[in-house]
Amino acid sequence: MSTLVFLEHHGDSAVKGALGVLSKAASLDPNTAAVIVGSGVGAVAAQAAKYGAAKVYVVDDVSVAAPLPQPRVDAIAGLVKDQGFDTVLFGASVLAADVAGGLAARLDAGLNWDLADISGSGDSLVGKRPALGDSVYVDVAWTASPRLGMFRSGSFEATENAAAGEVVSVGVATEDFSGKASLVGQDQEQAAGPSIEEADILVCGGRGVGGPDGFGQLEALAAALGGAVASTRAVVDSGWYPYATQIGQTGKSVAPKLYVGAGVSGAIQHKVGMQSSQTIVSINKDATAPIFDFSDFGVVGDLNTVVPTLTELVKARKG
Amino acid sequence: MKIAVCVKEVPDTSVEKRIDPSTMRLSRDAGDRTLNSFDLNAIEQAIRLKEAAGDGEVVLVSMGPARAVESIRKGLAMGADRAVLVADDAAAGSDLVATSYVLATALERENPDVILFGQQASDGDGAVMWSAVADRLRLPVISQISELTVAGGEATAKRQTEFGYDTIKTALPAVLAVSDAINEPRYPSLKGIMGAKKKPQDVLGLGDIGADASRAGSAGSKTEVKALNAPPSRGDTQKIEDDGSAAEKVVAFLIERKLV
Repeated sequence: MSTLVFLEHHGDSAVKGALGVLSKAASLDPNTAAVIVGSGVGAVAAQAAKYGAAKVYVVDDVSVAAPLPQPRVDAIAGLVKDQGFDTVLFGASVLAADVAGGLAARLDAGLNWDLADISGSGDSLVGKRPALGDSVYVDVAWTASPRLGMFRSGSFEATENAAAGEVVSVGVATEDFSGKASLVGQDQEQAAGPSIEEADILVCGGRGVGGPDGFGQLEALAAALGGAVASTRAVVDSGWYPYATQIGQTGKSVAPKLYVGAGVSGAIQHKVGMQSSQTIVSINKDATAPIFDFSDFGVVGDLNTVVPTLTELVKARKG
Repeated sequence: MKIAVCVKEVPDTSVEKRIDPSTMRLSRDAGDRTLNSFDLNAIEQAIRLKEAAGDGEVVLVSMGPARAVESIRKGLAMGADRAVLVADDAAAGSDLVATSYVLATALERENPDVILFGQQASDGDGAVMWSAVADRLRLPVISQISELTVAGGEATAKRQTEFGYDTIKTALPAVLAVSDAINEPRYPSLKGIMGAKKKPQDVLGLGDIGADASRAGSAGSKTEVKALNAPPSRGDTQKIEDDGSAAEKVVAFLIERKLV
């Protein structure tokens, strides 16, 4: 097996999901390589070595600075052809999904996505894919190589595992159509704290929070825990909190170490976006709320009294 | 302007249990099918683009069983002009690689200025098809579009990513995937529903569109399902009523799990 991991980055650092995939890939194949495509990405290459990349292919050019998928498809397809990689793995993101889909067509290669785990090696490689609202886990495989796989966010912990990380600079032969789309503007909300997909701890407010003013106490709890605030579709549709924080079928899928739901009922559309969380704590007035069925620790009670007390206790504990 | 919208029939997940009106019993028919709800945003956007351009055509393009025409008709009722459905036994069981090949072959015959997709399929959580189709057609692609302007042979799109918003511009023809934040799909009018049946609905085989059957269906697919398993159990769970000490108990639990 010869594995290549697409190491997506933002600014000077690799995104957490992709680093987790790299860590996992390196545990299955010690010769795993990473590919970084962007401009001025030296720091990201150093990070790749730290997380297990035996080799780091770097396409460093201003022409590929913008986070657009098609030039990345060109670069990775070139590497697969020249270096003979038989497996290419991705951590799910908006960009990675577009790169993986394009690469599947370019190489006529099988892509299994939304994977939560992977095991085996080479021809016996098997991915685990939760399906039908995660009520069933499907073992998926590939009938030919190259094999492409994309993992849900939070599937793997990014663990340091120093490897050679030999940096190899490569060029990219871009297709004529790959340069037609261009980035003309960026508006990156400087939200306080990490984005909900990057945060290890999420405090999620649902309809039970009652209104935009109720989110202040959730922000205080998130700050005490060292996490970020997330929300549900009902909250976003009501205009109480920004769409960028929405978890669920029409929002983002998250898998933090700790998810604290406050006033979240746990509708299926929300559940599919957060049930991979390692630990789930929920607070809801309604003892019959579905979220209690998949919570590790449930509190039937009023979030307006439980949340502020919890915040004070966490602060006191952390000193 | 000619606009193609790629649509898909999916199982109707909103109908988990229902009463069959003819028998007044709980329906055992798990086969309720519907148009992928995310496709409605793409159809809506296509109709708006056509209305803004003052003329043009909206064509729905799909692959699936022949009966899928019933589901696709909803898009015609909303205002699309015609539908092309590739229905062929040899296309059954197609994965991403095979489906993108069939769709791209069908789209090539249409030669549209804009190819629209919805943000995902509600059955497979897939969000990869448009990019595969774009690569096969050698066209630029922009996904997760929440605002779209098409004018003067160019598309300008605002898209949401994990880090904020990007504005991306491209020449047409292009493949554009819209998010469900882009619009509120219209409900078909009674007149629309009545007129939908009369609109052209071509059901074509792989041979009709010039597709190679060995690249479609299971034969053309590169992935397979090995086994179905029960999901891992969450283990022991606790649920308490707040008697004033709930916050303390939550902290104790978080300490036990080494989370604070």
